[in-house]
Amino acid sequence: MQRRTLLQALGTAGALSAVPPLARAQLRVEISGVGSQQFPIAIAPFVREGNPPQDVDAIVRADLARSGMFRLIDAGTAPLPDNPAPDLAAWRARGADALAMGTVARLADGNYDVRFRLFDTVATKQVEGLSYVVPAADLRTVAHKIADRIYEKLTGVPGVFATRIVYVAQLSPTAFELQIADADGVNPQAALRSREPIISPAWSWDGTRLAYVSFESRKPVVYVHTLATGQRRALANFQGSNSAPAWAPDGRTLAVALTLTGNTQIYLIDANGGTPSRVTRTAGIDTEPAFAPDGKTLYFTSDRGGGPQIYRVALPGGEPQRVTFNGDYNVSARPSPDGKLLTYVGRREGRFRVQVLDLASGQETTISDTGRDESPSFAPNGRQVLYATELGGRGVLATAAIDGRVRTRLAGPQGDVREPAWGPFLK
Amino acid sequence: MINRTLATIATALLLAACSSVPLDEQKGVPIDDKSKPAAGATTDPAAQTGAVKTVDATGQQTKSDDPTTGLLARRSIYFEFDQFTVPEQYKPLLEAHAKYLGANRARRIVVEGNTDERGSREYNLALGQKRAEAVKRALLLLGVTEVQIETVSFGEEKPKAQGSTEEAWAENRRADIVYK
Repeated sequence: MQRRTLLQALGTAGALSAVPPLARAQLRVEISGVGSQQFPIAIAPFVREGNPPQDVDAIVRADLARSGMFRLIDAGTAPLPDNPAPDLAAWRARGADALAMGTVARLADGNYDVRFRLFDTVATKQVEGLSYVVPAADLRTVAHKIADRIYEKLTGVPGVFATRIVYVAQLSPTAFELQIADADGVNPQAALRSREPIISPAWSWDGTRLAYVSFESRKPVVYVHTLATGQRRALANFQGSNSAPAWAPDGRTLAVALTLTGNTQIYLIDANGGTPSRVTRTAGIDTEPAFAPDGKTLYFTSDRGGGPQIYRVALPGGEPQRVTFNGDYNVSARPSPDGKLLTYVGRREGRFRVQVLDLASGQETTISDTGRDESPSFAPNGRQVLYATELGGRGVLATAAIDGRVRTRLAGPQGDVREPAWGPFLK
Repeated sequence: MINRTLATIATALLLAACSSVPLDEQKGVPIDDKSKPAAGATTDPAAQTGAVKTVDATGQQTKSDDPTTGLLARRSIYFEFDQFTVPEQYKPLLEAHAKYLGANRARRIVVEGNTDERGSREYNLALGQKRAEAVKRALLLLGVTEVQIETVSFGEEKPKAQGSTEEAWAENRRADIVYK
């Protein structure tokens, strides 16, 4: 009942085309197309005690704005205290169908107690109230978790603000970093530094490990890397080129592209190493494998029909079927978390753009509007796609809603960035 | 006072209820039980932020000692757009290297394939491999033994020419012979 009230409110929020009023320097949000509907919400400045090092409510606001699902109602600059109770009718009169408020208070032990409440101003009741006690270093994460709860309460879909992304930053011609950052591109941490290129980072499905291709030994070698410990080892370092790692959902097997026969073919290999077993058999190129969530289907890129197209094969080795038919260049496929959609890069009239294919209907939607877009991957809630594009000759990261109506650019990462991959929900 | 122990149950009841909750009951508002980790609110910093330990792989580079006399100094084979066959003009160059490798059976080479920057990095890696393989096959026909040649690809990752011009792209559609 309550969910319905909010969803009805969302449905009546009206067609909006304006950029949300919140325009922070670190992000740019574009809302395009007609019929974009945004839920009007006010996030009141949180009460702060003990000088918290993060502006929690600002992070919540930025997250919700970036999603494109919300229109932020101006809540002024004065913190809204817990007492007296907020005048929900007044907030409703200002145009907010929901109000979030909270406190960030330093405790005697140095941790922070973060509390927030979410009110439905239409039904005039509280719909969420949570408290988190965390060290100062985790205040950003808590802000993202709060944004996740608000997003889920008001849209019915889990938020992805507290998830992480990986990408490669090139800082100079001989300085490459594999960086892990929050989903907004802020708070980057280097998992690997190298003089040589790094490409194709792939998350294990539990988010604890990465596989990637590093050229540090003057050839492409696939590594597996445990993030918390920094332990890593070469998983595939065979004669020739080793590339395009993809984790099976169970974390025990990876698909990789090897050149044991001279040409590039797809193999399965145990996550602990061992002898690879060949999956595809052509004299041409088969690469960029990606497991479907069922673990039994592998999507990949193949030139068996001439130019590169996306195919799928049932494991351990059925007859591959072609999946993409529009255009003469479709590459880099990744399935959605529910397995119903596929995102990939398609060249259309000379422009490389991110496509989303509904596998059941065959309906293809172009969701990016630039021309050199690469490496798309779904958010763990399946609602957005993260991809690499270029701006002013520099690689940048962007997200697009799966219907293409909302696009944002992540301005957090510094340097020339590329090869993003959106990580899973953290357990 | 906030009733922490009944928080989860109270939240569930509140969410199930269709009637509105009077705002003057705010003091009894459900807040997650802080005595145990709330869902997604652990206080373990490693689990919370997913600590990342940095690995430094910026080690020293190996030096090559390529033979540099005559045609052996030329070690690059350029390819046309979307082409993977060795152009006829490189026959003398390949013959010179084949002769040297034939006389020096202990020498090993790596043929490094490269592509221009357009398109998927992984697909370009596979295309670069195709170029390297084409050079390898030509050298095998000229008597070089299989064990002397490894083919690898850099795809678009190590461009010799920077920029997004036709000239830069042509410079980067290339296979290089590198002596180990």
